[in-house]
Amino acid sequence: MGQTTAEKIFAAHLRDEPFPGTKVLDLDRVLCHEITTPIAIADLQWRNKDRVFDPDKIKAVIDHVTPSKDSKTALQAKMLRDWARRHHIKDFFDVGRNGVCHALFPEKGYIRPGFTAIMGDSHTCTHGAFGAFAAGVGTTDLEVGILKGVCAFREPNTIRINLTGSLGQGVVAKDVILFVIGQLGVNGATDCVLEFHGPVVEAMSMDARMTLCNMAIEAGGTCGICQPDMTTVAYLWPFIEKEFSSREEALDAFRRWCADSDADYCQVLDFDISGLTPQVTYDYKPDCVKPVAEMAGTPVDQVYIGTCTNGRIEDLRQAAAVLQGRTIADTVRGIVSPATPDIFKQALAEGIIQTFMDAGFCVTNPTCGACLGMSNGVLAEGEVCASTSNRNFSGRMGKGGMVHLMSPATAAATAVAGVILDHRTLEEAKVS
Amino acid sequence: MKKTFGGPVITLDRADINTDEIIPAKYLTEATKEALKPYCLEDLILEGFDPNGEKLANARVIVSRANFGCGSSREHAPWVLEVNGIHTVIAESYARIFRQNMFNCGMLAIELAKDEIDQLMELEKASGGAMDISVDLNEKTITAAGSAGEKSFTFQISPFDQALVEAGGWVEYADARY
Repeated sequence: MGQTTAEKIFAAHLRDEPFPGTKVLDLDRVLCHEITTPIAIADLQWRNKDRVFDPDKIKAVIDHVTPSKDSKTALQAKMLRDWARRHHIKDFFDVGRNGVCHALFPEKGYIRPGFTAIMGDSHTCTHGAFGAFAAGVGTTDLEVGILKGVCAFREPNTIRINLTGSLGQGVVAKDVILFVIGQLGVNGATDCVLEFHGPVVEAMSMDARMTLCNMAIEAGGTCGICQPDMTTVAYLWPFIEKEFSSREEALDAFRRWCADSDADYCQVLDFDISGLTPQVTYDYKPDCVKPVAEMAGTPVDQVYIGTCTNGRIEDLRQAAAVLQGRTIADTVRGIVSPATPDIFKQALAEGIIQTFMDAGFCVTNPTCGACLGMSNGVLAEGEVCASTSNRNFSGRMGKGGMVHLMSPATAAATAVAGVILDHRTLEEAKVS
Repeated sequence: MKKTFGGPVITLDRADINTDEIIPAKYLTEATKEALKPYCLEDLILEGFDPNGEKLANARVIVSRANFGCGSSREHAPWVLEVNGIHTVIAESYARIFRQNMFNCGMLAIELAKDEIDQLMELEKASGGAMDISVDLNEKTITAAGSAGEKSFTFQISPFDQALVEAGGWVEYADARY
């Protein structure tokens, strides 16, 4: 019997099996941010074990609330900063060089096919886009990861998702993953890895694959995984060119992590994506998904473009293409947060920031901020936000607020119209 | 150190209770577990539930439905339960990260079948909302008792999760072993 990608990674990283079914894995990456790491640091100090297993395998960033907004967030940032210095963690990203963790760390080339990674953040599943096993964990798992470089897992089952057909004009990875979550339900993939296959994912860029894998957790999934291919190699090439004599050689090395054709899956789901239209969430759960057309006309107060789901350069390009030459409705506050400084600079160079500002958007520094209602765009009670983020839970962006999840192009069209709108119909809608 | 389990019950009769509802993100800037104490389940909107009420203040056990603890990985969710004396959650199922966080903290996330949770919910109602649950970790049984009667159920937890509960958490266990 062949193996899935996750099974191959588990076998190659197995440190211990203390009980049947419990696998303790060696970690290639322990990723840290300032919300969930400081309490782990404080606990290690209290236990008189303020050590790190390997400062080169630990990467840290201040991203959730940055620059600090008050004394408490300043203390969290300081705890992470002091700890990174104390332990010579050289890959630490502070104000000015920091960005949203799941956009920044891939951009720096830290994640490779076959890697194991944990982070005290549920959207760590994003990094599976590189053919890695990456899982969100709590602070205690993170603490043990920092100290010992290991993490315990139940070996996950794998759900194979075959995405066939091709994406229609203006339909993107966000629409696909919203649709898939709608089909699976919010706990349809609990304790499972989602392994994405098929021509639709093969045609996707790494940015799009990260969007796809980012929301695996919204179906309860441990990790979303794409198969490493030449697109993966091309993205990583600047970081690996000294390790391999050619791209083909790198691809050969990475292919060992691809699932075997006779691998055993707990479920195989086939979705023909050809007829898919832009998707949006309603209500307070990410599996409450319907076509944008069915929600068209719903008024919104705020439009938020950014986050670890959709704050990358391609996302900003798609939104800017809709906004070009238009202005957003008077009744809407538009906020865009490029996910990293490099994305911000690229968007500046391409004139995208100009387009956003001309349209009436507020451009913020890279941060998680509004997505979880911490800063830079918290909703008031009764307000509605069209957002490119990943969670629409009650209270997520502010108590009493409602969040509709959608793609960057849909969000941009919604900003222009002031109401939820299928961006493919913006011309006919005759709004500014 | 091993924790104590069982006591007065509060029922939360809805599936998919997420960690934003258990502890809203705006409190994640607190640097100690103790500071989270007043905010337990603050954003949960559920008929008959009052986050500031005596029922929650006195509760030591939560009984709930499927996919409890979904969403954010924040361990602040089990912590806010812990500092409020709630060391036991009994539900139909859990989100993976929340479940592991509970055991990593040496706390119990017990799974029972839907009809068993139904029976616990009914007994609590029939007992006028006053029900206690005791937990026997050796026999793997829980016993619910109220004025309307008594119900016992057996449960399973993995040997690893049991070892974490016995050790008082994953840091203690891992530090002794790796």
